[in-house]
Amino acid sequence: MQVKIDHLTKKFDDVVAVSDFTMQFDDGKLVALLGPSGCGKSTMLNMLSGILPVSEGKIYFDEDDVTNMPPQDRGVGLVFQNYALYPHMTVLENIAFPLEIKKVDKKEREEKAKEMAKLVHVDQLLDRKPKELSGGQQQRVAIARALIKKPRLLLLDEPLSNLDARLRLEMREEIRRIQLETGVTTIFVTHDQEEAMSISDKIVLMKDGYLQQEDGPQELYDDPANLFVANFLGNPPINNLTGYIKDGYFVLEDDSGRIKVNNENAKENQQVVLGIRAESALIGTKEDHDLEAIFDQQYTMGKEELAFLKIGNQQIRIYLSSDYKFQKGDIVYLKFRSKGVYLFDKESGVRI
Amino acid sequence: MEEKKKKKRREDSGYIFNRKYEPLIYLLPFAIGLLIFTIYPIINVVIMSFKNGYRLSGSYNGIGIENYTYVLTNKYFLSAIKNTFIYVFTVVPIATILSILIANLLNQKIKGISFFHTAYFLPMVTSAIAVGISWRYMFNKKFGVINWLLGLIGIGPIDFLGATAGVAPYNMLTVIIFGIWNMMPFTIILLLSGLQNIDPMYYTAAKVDGASSSTIFRRITVPLLAPTIFLTVVVNMISAFKVYNDVIPFWAGKAGALGTNLYTMVYWIKETFYSKLRLGQAAAASIVLFIIILFFTMIQKYIQKKTDY
Repeated sequence: MQVKIDHLTKKFDDVVAVSDFTMQFDDGKLVALLGPSGCGKSTMLNMLSGILPVSEGKIYFDEDDVTNMPPQDRGVGLVFQNYALYPHMTVLENIAFPLEIKKVDKKEREEKAKEMAKLVHVDQLLDRKPKELSGGQQQRVAIARALIKKPRLLLLDEPLSNLDARLRLEMREEIRRIQLETGVTTIFVTHDQEEAMSISDKIVLMKDGYLQQEDGPQELYDDPANLFVANFLGNPPINNLTGYIKDGYFVLEDDSGRIKVNNENAKENQQVVLGIRAESALIGTKEDHDLEAIFDQQYTMGKEELAFLKIGNQQIRIYLSSDYKFQKGDIVYLKFRSKGVYLFDKESGVRI
Repeated sequence: MEEKKKKKRREDSGYIFNRKYEPLIYLLPFAIGLLIFTIYPIINVVIMSFKNGYRLSGSYNGIGIENYTYVLTNKYFLSAIKNTFIYVFTVVPIATILSILIANLLNQKIKGISFFHTAYFLPMVTSAIAVGISWRYMFNKKFGVINWLLGLIGIGPIDFLGATAGVAPYNMLTVIIFGIWNMMPFTIILLLSGLQNIDPMYYTAAKVDGASSSTIFRRITVPLLAPTIFLTVVVNMISAFKVYNDVIPFWAGKAGALGTNLYTMVYWIKETFYSKLRLGQAAAASIVLFIIILFFTMIQKYIQKKTDY
């Protein structure tokens, strides 16, 4: 099912939680609503599910205007952050409960619940109570309960935040598998960029109630619309060097170095931020380099090393192959690739 | 060297003494109080129940189970047991069910809810005897407001407090109504706090799935409230078995309009002890009451364990 949002706004008294959102979620896709806490992503999810009323704007499921439709008529399955499994019911009863509400005959609903349990791999645990399950298993049961009434839209609120690191990896792949197997249009909320990048077809990045950018994970990473998007995605975070434009060069703010920029939009004397992905900075030679840096320290990250360098009074992190051996204070010649290097306006953060 | 070792050993043993006995010293003040005021009287009642004697003089004569055979064949004590059971098994269920419904209503977000909170909790801070006396007027056959209200819908008048031709069919009803009224505030407070401990997430989850409020109440609220309901049932049942206060206000301290028709177990024990000074029989009756309460409490504990989640 396709979900369309048209100028959607949510206000809590004077606070605007979601501001003038217009976008579209395509049928059968897994979409991540990503953003720092308080950005309005959960508010957005609750408006889609119908738990929260909309202040302004419209929501369409395919052709149906569901803006003022109560949650139960929208055909959405909802998975809560802490799962909200009924503690007094067994796994089977929990999964079957939405059908029990619909007064489906007991035999039929148990059959369907067992089918769902098989899909999410909890068919061995049907007689257990929620407290006898691990976090990951509870999550699976919650997903099965959300899916049993064949919803048109599956909504997951921070589905992985209550799990430990290992389970998180496992469950995010499980969510992807279940979503692909059922083909249900899915929207999930997360504040973890890695989570969003790894499993979603599309990421919707929000900040302070405003849409920042929406695109595929790789596109978003490679082509950020503004400094916030560039900073939010990627680990280690992108390097920011501040400076200004002079004679077609980017000059560091303390005048300790400059780089030629081929960007017609950059205006003379404009205050800018140069964003450089850690993997886009390579080691050059004395003859062929963009910037000189001073080696500070390094951390081992397993397959590679992360080096901290100083450029003037600013700092930059780059990946370093273990072939290089630098001492603190050594001069490092940096050569930047064209990919993964962006110029942003310092004031507005907009990509130039 | 040898001297040092010895000294160390002495210090060690002092340390162990402290670890072992120090806590006991801290517990002692409370333990002594408990022994004197709780354990000793219980043991004394048990001993007393096997002794034959009338006075507090200590000059008992004979030891045996005569007290038990007496109370268990005494017509009035048997009717007291019957009355107590009727009271317990009507008042506790009705008060519990009404309290669940009212607590659920009080848990809603309604304007002016705090007024209702206060109104429902008021009986808790009033004296049962004092309020009972005003209830006595409300129950009056000729002038009582209850009969007036019943008259409006064409019932009555009912002689709640009186007796005709040696029978008083409505005396028990009076005590039961008063008992329910008395029991509800405390029950509502406990249930309300139980309701407030239920994560609203469960309601949201059920609502998204389209559950009606009656389904939510039946399938989610009540099961999640079950531990609290059991607690109130246990506490209320224990106190209901000891019913005494609820009988006193209506017949100027007598047990019903006929003076004997509304004996409860505690009422009979009190009368036997204070008025008749038959200490052994009163003690034996107390033990019978104790065993009955213990029995029902055990049953409830067993059920509670089975419903624990």
